[in-house]
Amino acid sequence: MSVLRPLDKQPGLNTATILLVGTEDALLQQLADSMLKEDCASELRVHLARSLPLPSSVDRPRIDLIVFVVNLHSKYSLRNVEESLHYVDATFFLGKAAFLATGAGRESHCSVHRNTIMKLAHTYRSPLFFCDLEIEGFRATMAQRLVRMLQICAGHVPGVSALNLLSLLRSSETLAPEDL
Amino acid sequence: MDETVAEFIKRTILKIPMTEMMTILKAWDFLPENQLQTVNFRQRKESLVQDLVLLCESKRASLRDAALLDIIYTQFHQHQKVWDVFQMSKEPGEDVDLFDMERFKSSFEKILRRALKNVTVSFRDAEENAVWIRIAWGTQYRKPNQYKPVYVVYYSQTPYAFTSFCHLKSNTPLLSQKFETHNSTMPLQETLELDMHMDSRIIHENRIEKERVQRVTQETFGDYPQPRLEFAQYKLETKFKSDFHGGILAERKEPLRCLIKFSSPHLLEALKSLAPAGIADAPLSPLLTCIPNKGMNYFKIRDK
Repeated sequence: MSVLRPLDKQPGLNTATILLVGTEDALLQQLADSMLKEDCASELRVHLARSLPLPSSVDRPRIDLIVFVVNLHSKYSLRNVEESLHYVDATFFLGKAAFLATGAGRESHCSVHRNTIMKLAHTYRSPLFFCDLEIEGFRATMAQRLVRMLQICAGHVPGVSALNLLSLLRSSETLAPEDL
Repeated sequence: MDETVAEFIKRTILKIPMTEMMTILKAWDFLPENQLQTVNFRQRKESLVQDLVLLCESKRASLRDAALLDIIYTQFHQHQKVWDVFQMSKEPGEDVDLFDMERFKSSFEKILRRALKNVTVSFRDAEENAVWIRIAWGTQYRKPNQYKPVYVVYYSQTPYAFTSFCHLKSNTPLLSQKFETHNSTMPLQETLELDMHMDSRIIHENRIEKERVQRVTQETFGDYPQPRLEFAQYKLETKFKSDFHGGILAERKEPLRCLIKFSSPHLLEALKSLAPAGIADAPLSPLLTCIPNKGMNYFKIRDK
């Protein structure tokens, strides 16, 4: 089964697993480190993958949240994410998937337009975060948000589900990219 | 001034040929100009040396000063020594540390002193980020022998260190070890980051692929830092080729021209890091990897 499904496995006790998908390993690694620094009641696990489908040889827990990391400086990174999206079951996009675009701060280096990534996120009805992962402070803040989001997606926050969170996030985006 | 130091200075100055005497003394900069003026440089060498030594005594020359004079003499006469080259190894994937000369010197000296009781270590900066290190060895019970020192010339921006012949062969591995321990000493923050890489809560799904990329990169570029190159240029001239018969450009007789310029403070290292960083696939295009082999960095690519 090369397609990732959100509910195909039993959850681990108090475990929340996030999958970061992106070509730039160093950035993913740094983000993973920042997330694990956070104080969190849940047991966190971070899986880093270059692309999907994932190698079947690895024994992995249920994935609660997938974050697709695109470096706006690299078309290669965008193309990689676009191709990986085909290996994700549609039900993930009910609040258990998100996009993270890095590198927007250095506009002159961007070869992927903001609108492109915004359109992609809109197509998949998923939240899009802009964060320059290379900058420690921004990365730490992003890591905090992701940890909170992950806990919700794993069902560790009573009364809030991934779908709740998604509709909360979505209501703040009143305009579609086409309208901008 | 210690008798041994006086003797050492005397013997060192005696070695200096008269033609170089002034130059070396000026480079040493221990005896001020005005004092040197008072010395008669036309007298017999033995008398000249005596005068100079007396001057050094009056200025209370220390072993440190004497060692510095020895370094300068050796720098002028480096061609008279036989040098071995050592190349320091770094783990592939290790970052190039920012090099702080002062920190290097102080920690190098500390390390040697900790290892050996009797040792004299002196430094002198030279051109092109090089530092000359003079090491006089002793044993646990004997003072350092100043007449048989070892010289190490270390170019800080390279992995190379040159050493002069060490008559105490047993010390050579110790010396190279000192360089390795120093060079692989990373600032604390980076060491912590390394521990985090081992965090078992982080799983690399594509570990096997990562290892393959590392292997291919290592096969292509080797383990050591690349030669420093700042530019590469590729000129392409090609006729338009199309699958569709009759397009706008299909009839064009003029070849299409394209120019790509790469520039970087360290181009080859940047290319080497492309695949491990996930920015490009491994193996890289041979157009990029052939630069060191061919010794070219300007390429013209034409149709066959």
